[in-house]
Amino acid sequence: MSNTVLNCGYVPLVDSAPLIIARELGFAAEEGLDLNLIQQPSWSALRDMLALGHLDAAQMLSPMPVAMSLGLGGLPAKIDSLMGLSANGTVFGVSTRLADALGMLPFGDPNLLLSALITRDPQPLRVGVPFPFSMHRLLLSYWIGTAPDLKVEIVTVPPPRMADAVAEGHVDAFWVGEPWGSAIVGRGVGSILMAGRHVWGFAPEKVLAARHDWIADNPDTTRQLMRAVYQSARWLDLEKNKPLAIEILGRSEHLNLAHEVIEPAVTGFLTLTQGGTPTKVDRFLMFHNHAASFPWRSQAAWIAGQLGADATGIGRAKQCFRTDLYRENLGPIGADLPGASEKIEGTIREETAVASSRGQMILAPDAFFDGRTFDFAATAAE
Amino acid sequence: MRKDLSILVVEADSVKAKNIIDALLEAGWNYVHAIAQVSGLEQSVAKHAPDIVLIDIANPDRDTLEHIGAVSDAKSRAVAMFVDQTDQHLTQAALAAGVSAYVVDGLQMNRIKSVIETAIARFQMMRQMQSELDAAKQALEDRKTVDRAKGILMRKRSIPEDEAYKLIRKAAMDQGRKVIDVAQALVTASDLLS
Repeated sequence: MSNTVLNCGYVPLVDSAPLIIARELGFAAEEGLDLNLIQQPSWSALRDMLALGHLDAAQMLSPMPVAMSLGLGGLPAKIDSLMGLSANGTVFGVSTRLADALGMLPFGDPNLLLSALITRDPQPLRVGVPFPFSMHRLLLSYWIGTAPDLKVEIVTVPPPRMADAVAEGHVDAFWVGEPWGSAIVGRGVGSILMAGRHVWGFAPEKVLAARHDWIADNPDTTRQLMRAVYQSARWLDLEKNKPLAIEILGRSEHLNLAHEVIEPAVTGFLTLTQGGTPTKVDRFLMFHNHAASFPWRSQAAWIAGQLGADATGIGRAKQCFRTDLYRENLGPIGADLPGASEKIEGTIREETAVASSRGQMILAPDAFFDGRTFDFAATAAE
Repeated sequence: MRKDLSILVVEADSVKAKNIIDALLEAGWNYVHAIAQVSGLEQSVAKHAPDIVLIDIANPDRDTLEHIGAVSDAKSRAVAMFVDQTDQHLTQAALAAGVSAYVVDGLQMNRIKSVIETAIARFQMMRQMQSELDAAKQALEDRKTVDRAKGILMRKRSIPEDEAYKLIRKAAMDQGRKVIDVAQALVTASDLLS
């Protein structure tokens, strides 16, 4: 009985971990999958390869399937998110030059940071993000949207080049996923001022995506893939496994980076400025805990809303987050399932128990920094 | 066939860039410009107002191009991903050759098709040359490694060169590995032990 070969695209980042570990520790093989991981040079290339059928599945930025379903950004296609690959895990920071100008700021205070940025020079603040359809860009837009006086120019910079862009002054600030924030700090060209989760407590960051039609045609392979990734994510969120995870991720065929730049995201201890003492950031990056891999339809709706979709678009977005498949494929292997497939985003302020298939599950805070809440219940999934 | 399209080539390697420009000039397009880095792309796009931008599929700067396409309004000549679903063959050929193109929205396919075809042909040629070059380089590297491994055996076991090679080959056969891998392992081990 030979394994099914599955070609899965990814961009080498710390949050590719569920895919890398699924392959390296045999979670995929146990499901009968030969998980072939294919590194992609850019999100655009990954998207094209998936949409045109050269890849069966791929790691994607959570807004990508939604944007494609809404027909935005180049290549419209019906792409679904099978499950979340990670929640949170991004950082916002500024160049050393700007950090000096801003003076001492407490870590993780979006309001104070906005006030400080408004009082600086009047020219637009140039902020580097990895991709227009990324949670980084949406969180940045949401955050600065509360300060109409702040002039911002958003620039797309491939994350591996972000440190150069900061060093050369092409951008004043950056919003990136790990390890690139730590790489910027390590080079001494910038400082981290907050994490993505200070703007939205629980943001879907990366998702496992596949073509809608491929999913329909390959139910067994879809199930195998989801189960392998689920087991891998669960393994990753156990404290005792972190050293081995860092070891495997650092290997040359994956991230090809030194342990010290991978470690912060995996352990949640971030060094904010060069030579500083690491700061513990709770829930910095989650793969499994607090239902991190559950593709809440309300998250898809929030993304669509931020991308300017109308009620029809929001309904379509909800459809591409496949809570149905999550329940069907992962329930039988003991995944704890939330009772609902949607929640009012932004209402949870501290860890809260909610009804789930195994009694109760603990959801993590999902509040927004400005206290707004988003209820999409009135918008039916199309 | 009017050849008055403005074409922008994004390519950091100056030899490759020149190669693509020459191919397009030979084919009769006169407005061809190249830039190395996307960091100044917005200015270049404004300056040259390209109808079509050509860029290697493997170039990470594509994400920056996408952004410019996503935020620019129709007046500033938006660039849109070239994936003409109606021409599967051309799309697949472009993918295989490693070329991607961004085209001003609304430009007629028949006007850009030959540009893309010219680019595809040249990209294929360059890719072929590159892989031959890589293979030649690799072969040279491998030979050096095998020579070093032979040298180590000759010294350690006081045997002539041909015998040293036979030993390596036999070890490779017995273990079902390539000669180069055995040689590499020997060199690495020897470096660690010395």
